[in-house]
Amino acid sequence: MLKKTLIAVSAIPLTALSLTACGSDSAADGSASEDDGTITMGFAQVGAESGWRTANTKSIQETAEAEGVDLKFTDAQGKQENQIQAIRSYIQQKVDVIAFSPVVETGFDAVLQEAKAAGIPVILTDRAVDVDDPSLYETFLGSDFVLEGERAGDWLVENAADSDVNGDGTVNVVQLEGTTGAAPAIDRAEGFAEKIAADDTIEVTASQTGDFTRDGGKQVMESFLQSDDTIDVVFAHNDDMGLGAIEAIEAAGLTPGEDIKIITIDAVKDGMTALAEGKINYIVECNPLLGPQLMDLAKKVLAGEEVPERVVTEEGAFDQEQAKAALPDRQY
Amino acid sequence: MSESSSRAARLLRHPLLWPVLALVVLLLVNVVVNPNFLNVRMQDGHLYGNVIDIMRNSAPVMLVALGMTLVIATRGIDLSVGAIAAIAAAVACTRIIGAGDEAALTTAVMAMTYAVVVCVALGAWNGFLVSVLGIQPIIATLILMVAGRGISMAITDGQITTVNNPFFSDLASGFVLTLPLAFLIAIAVLAFTAVLTRRTALGMLIESVGINPEASRLAGVRSRTIIWTVYAFSGFCAGLAGLVIAANTNSVNANSLGLWIELDAILAVVIGGTSLAGGRFSLMGTFIGALFIATLARTIPNIGIPSDLNYLFKAVVVIAVCLVQSPKARASLRVRRTGPPTSGPAPTPAPAPAPAKAGISS
Repeated sequence: MLKKTLIAVSAIPLTALSLTACGSDSAADGSASEDDGTITMGFAQVGAESGWRTANTKSIQETAEAEGVDLKFTDAQGKQENQIQAIRSYIQQKVDVIAFSPVVETGFDAVLQEAKAAGIPVILTDRAVDVDDPSLYETFLGSDFVLEGERAGDWLVENAADSDVNGDGTVNVVQLEGTTGAAPAIDRAEGFAEKIAADDTIEVTASQTGDFTRDGGKQVMESFLQSDDTIDVVFAHNDDMGLGAIEAIEAAGLTPGEDIKIITIDAVKDGMTALAEGKINYIVECNPLLGPQLMDLAKKVLAGEEVPERVVTEEGAFDQEQAKAALPDRQY
Repeated sequence: MSESSSRAARLLRHPLLWPVLALVVLLLVNVVVNPNFLNVRMQDGHLYGNVIDIMRNSAPVMLVALGMTLVIATRGIDLSVGAIAAIAAAVACTRIIGAGDEAALTTAVMAMTYAVVVCVALGAWNGFLVSVLGIQPIIATLILMVAGRGISMAITDGQITTVNNPFFSDLASGFVLTLPLAFLIAIAVLAFTAVLTRRTALGMLIESVGINPEASRLAGVRSRTIIWTVYAFSGFCAGLAGLVIAANTNSVNANSLGLWIELDAILAVVIGGTSLAGGRFSLMGTFIGALFIATLARTIPNIGIPSDLNYLFKAVVVIAVCLVQSPKARASLRVRRTGPPTSGPAPTPAPAPAPAKAGISS
């Protein structure tokens, strides 16, 4: 009993201490952002799992600097726990606006509630979340991944005759999925499946996650090549897995782009180079340069202006000829 | 007759029996699903097939696990190996890119040497924290596990760095005598470690430190130097592993390279029969354990486990292997199946006396 009381008593000054620490911290932060009118933005990035992502990060950091936005940046290294922690710390620091690209779609309800309770608007970039209450975030700026998958599927349907490389009457597709549970992986697979359903000869024979990395794409593709020698097409959910698949295909003594056609999504520089060299056949663009649009949205939200719930980024698609033309200007 | 039955009993008690059996069963599962699984053919002058891929892909885990085995034998653990691998890759790739002639052999050799030296230094840092400052190994190496990723990100500016150097690429994709070079490197390190620890007293000294550091010190063993050395060696192995992984895709991705490899390596060590409590260690067991991990990774796409069930499948397999290896779990299973122990075919019907964990002979 005495022990318990002692613990309780000793806990009080500790809590008080930490409270004052927090209080003085956020007061300093708050006054800084209110006085000189600069916007403080907390951005919780997924990680740097691909060239696309690093281009995305760079665009946001550079635009923030150019527009005088005080950017607090964290890298979640692909882990949701880290990201939730980062968002919590932004709430504690009382930033003006929080932006993040969710690692996975679900599980963000609680932390978004906290942000809402603290009166901090949240902007999602690149990836969506699955929450019951859409008022938990202001807007979602990013690509339409279903549309990207559909574009890849459309191209394959249009080029089905050429894509049946071994001429056995069916186009056997293997799919290299992104990180399991991530929005781009789910949506790209969905869009792609929807479009290729139009052609009975196209069939996805195997599908496995390569975690959006080159190493993952290479290892999964190696396995596919060993167990099936009738593969006509690889559909990779990003360029990096496609580049890994190219190495696996070359190691198997086949020519990527000819013996096996490759479709990827993203259009980063390394991917575009491979496309221009004929090792990839088609790339659907997923534009990472969201910085300017993000800063613009943040300013509008903070000024109390109405913003649409969904803002889609401008994107194209490239075949080999277009890649050769676009490659010299590619920044990322 | 009694001689043959005692030989069978000895085989049954052989520490490598269960790891080997687990590997064989896993291979069999693959063959049942895909009858061509074990096929190997010649392709461009080297062997080509699932088994060859498994050999090559097992190299990084095997290298890391070899270093880990010695660390664990001293009753330690090294969580920083994944981060050290990422640093090695980052250092090597940035040096190759920064070199005058990116594709030259000397560029590759210089970059790799430099990277490995850095990694030995990082390993020595871990050893310093553990042996001199007396910090618990799990905490001491946790520092570099977290900080190391940051260091490798800083080296590469957070960008995926792609290199074009055929000699560097050969480290992972090259073949010597029709076998993958990466696998041969891992085997060479295994052989080197085996000779060093088993042909000299070093192995025994490592085990004695793991069993009781204080008693070893009082007996005149330089515990501190030995602990320091095994962490440096673990750093060396992790560095080599990082180079192999980077060479595999000719690029370094500081965020994902070698991520969680420490867990795979610890698993390989444990599957191989080395106790986490320190003391006795088995390099051959680790070798089998690493092959098992690589085979498991190949099994998932081969038998077509859906992506969302990957981790569950791995967990179930690993739990099964660990249960099968535990003498207690096996004994309780046997009792339940056959009822009260009668005179079975095995000479020891009661729970087999667990081999003394603390034995320093092997």
